[in-house]
Amino acid sequence: MERSAPAVCPACIPLPDWARAVGDGAKVEAPLRRYEFAVPAVHCAACMTTVEDALSNLQGVAAARVNLTLKRVTLSAADIPGMEARLIERLGAVGYAAQPLDSATLAATRNDAAGRDLLARIAVAGFAAMNVMLLSVSVWSGASDATRDLLHWISALIAVPAVAFAGVPFFSSALSALRVRRLNMDVPISLAMILALAVSMAETMEGGEAAWFDAALTLAFFLLVGRYLDHRTRAAARSAAAELAALEVPMARRVGADGAVEIVALDAVRTGDRLAVAPGARVPVDGTVATGHSEMDTALLTGETLPEAVGPGDVVRAGTLNISGALEISATGVGEDTLLKQIMRLVETAETARNTYTSLADAAARIYAPLVHLLALVALVAWGAATGDWRLAVNIAAAVLIITCPCALGLAVPAVLAAASGRLFRAGVLLKDGVALERLAAVDTVVFDKTGTLTLGDLRLHAPDALQGDARAVARGLAQASQHPLARALAAGLNGPIAALEGLHEVPGFGIEGQWQGQRVRLGRAEWLGAAPGDVTATWLKIGPAAPIEIAFEDSPRPEVPELLAALRARGLALHLLSGDGAAPVAALAGQLGLEHWQAGATPAEKVDYLAALSAKGHKVLMVGDGLNDTAALAAAHVSISPASAADASRTSADMIIIGNNLGQIALAHEIAVKARRRILENFSIAALYNLVSVPLALAGVATPLMAAIAMSSSSIVVSVNAMRLGWRK
Amino acid sequence: MTVLLILIPVSLGLGLLGLAAFFWSLKDQQYDDPEGQAARILSDRYDDEPR
Repeated sequence: MERSAPAVCPACIPLPDWARAVGDGAKVEAPLRRYEFAVPAVHCAACMTTVEDALSNLQGVAAARVNLTLKRVTLSAADIPGMEARLIERLGAVGYAAQPLDSATLAATRNDAAGRDLLARIAVAGFAAMNVMLLSVSVWSGASDATRDLLHWISALIAVPAVAFAGVPFFSSALSALRVRRLNMDVPISLAMILALAVSMAETMEGGEAAWFDAALTLAFFLLVGRYLDHRTRAAARSAAAELAALEVPMARRVGADGAVEIVALDAVRTGDRLAVAPGARVPVDGTVATGHSEMDTALLTGETLPEAVGPGDVVRAGTLNISGALEISATGVGEDTLLKQIMRLVETAETARNTYTSLADAAARIYAPLVHLLALVALVAWGAATGDWRLAVNIAAAVLIITCPCALGLAVPAVLAAASGRLFRAGVLLKDGVALERLAAVDTVVFDKTGTLTLGDLRLHAPDALQGDARAVARGLAQASQHPLARALAAGLNGPIAALEGLHEVPGFGIEGQWQGQRVRLGRAEWLGAAPGDVTATWLKIGPAAPIEIAFEDSPRPEVPELLAALRARGLALHLLSGDGAAPVAALAGQLGLEHWQAGATPAEKVDYLAALSAKGHKVLMVGDGLNDTAALAAAHVSISPASAADASRTSADMIIIGNNLGQIALAHEIAVKARRRILENFSIAALYNLVSVPLALAGVATPLMAAIAMSSSSIVVSVNAMRLGWRK
Repeated sequence: MTVLLILIPVSLGLGLLGLAAFFWSLKDQQYDDPEGQAARILSDRYDDEPR
């Protein structure tokens, strides 16, 4: 692992040599810092040159380097305020939208030290296996006497150090398992490798016929390949997850005693601090409004689509979105009673209550490891007792261990998971770990959250044609002048003439006001215009003394949802809708999508109870949700999926993340999961079949190193090819 | 069979050479951005300090 930088400056990761070399150039005077940006649009050689040139020509930039595989650009540039904004602006100017990434969060996944270490061990095992195999072929084709001894000695010379180096991951894993008095797959593997070497050394010294050097090395090689595939699957997911986490740097804007605003880390906020929350920003901590009026979008927190109006003295929750007016809040909740903390506690309980699932690989290992040891021991005792020739007995026991050793078994699961997760990654589904795929394959019920999951989470005008004539023109005129999300949705949903308005001004937290043909016209909240608010999201229009007109909005479902639901139904899954929103919008959506089972107004705890009730009936539930209020449910479900637009905590709880925000991929994920599970089971059968044939031969004492070499390689290749079938179809 | 005494060291030496080359490329971070390396060859920019 790469050691991270000194704690005082988490962003100052040591620069790579190339950057430092260029950084010594004359045009940079301020200290250099590493900046990293996600640039998803980079896809070709020309893009790389464009981006690198655009950035390198900028004042204060020492070097820029695009990584096309990760779609990131890494820069070393002067560490001055505003540098990041300038870089983003420059990237935008050449046509590439960029997202700053938090260097410190990425440091852990940047240098894949474990992967490189495994690659090095694979290389050594592969090199040694091939050379020893060549020498062994000469032995098998009839080398005898001194020649055979020479070949054996050379093999030993290669094999012993090679196994000592390449086998380390297995030895250490086996040791740590034995220390806690458990058996894992690595115990028989290590034992087989060590015993094979020991027996072969003894045979070589005695000038014997059979040596298993090649078997020990091929074993190490194939198993390391399995290990590496496993690592790659995890590392890809970890790196992408770290990138998602690095996208959000938790910061707050603190207002000092002199009125100056400084940007501070969230950890530095104390109770009583005054924080500025601009329109469009999220509230960093729980607090009460000190000055300003606004509306808060709590959809992410509670699933409610109706904005909540706040003014001085009102409580605002961390994570809610400030829609209209600038607010200053006084921080109150940094303690245990914040809503966020309560949700986190629910998540913890849900996670501990989640039934412990045994992965297929673990289940196989649990049967396999004791069986192998038992067989080898039986062979040793039986042959020793029957013939009295203990050297022969040890030889046969070693042969049993080598033959039964799980080459194919070691590849059976990782190869399938690597192929499946690779295919899912191309489709935009990020897998946090392979076990999630096995869990997904068992699912029979899907529970969806509403706001932001099934729906787009942004509002559209409900009935554009209801508004006609002057009202329509005035509404357009007012809406166009405002930045409020409802006003923008209104402006986007209407067409036709625009009334000429004068004296337009926004009243933060309430609405927008102007003069039209000598009358006062207003667009905004119901209370402001003297109307009674309804139970749907709406804005109100008032022209002069006339009664206010309601303009309703709806949250429309994602375009891909009907197709997705049809596909999931066709796959035999039961579908539920579980929302924290009011009954009216939930019922409307359920009706529109044809969902029979739905529940509205569910609190985070009720969501967990709902899932618990389902699983008590024996259902395996897939939870799909994005809000903070879904977090506990996501953790409690058998398996869970979040869109990438979800709240931070939800993405952490979910087992899978849909990167492209195309929910349609859920059907594909389920299909691949079911297929992957079938392939894993097929691979187990192949491995078992091979053992069924070879173990009796080994027990009978007629197994030769040549047989072991052929069986081991062929079964490994068959298993890998079977796994790769999963990734073929694009 | 004395020819083995020459051939085996030669073949081992060649193999070790390959292994050493692989280690060098691994250490040189040549596997960090495989897609980028493949695309960069198409760039017409003269790179006097390839990295």
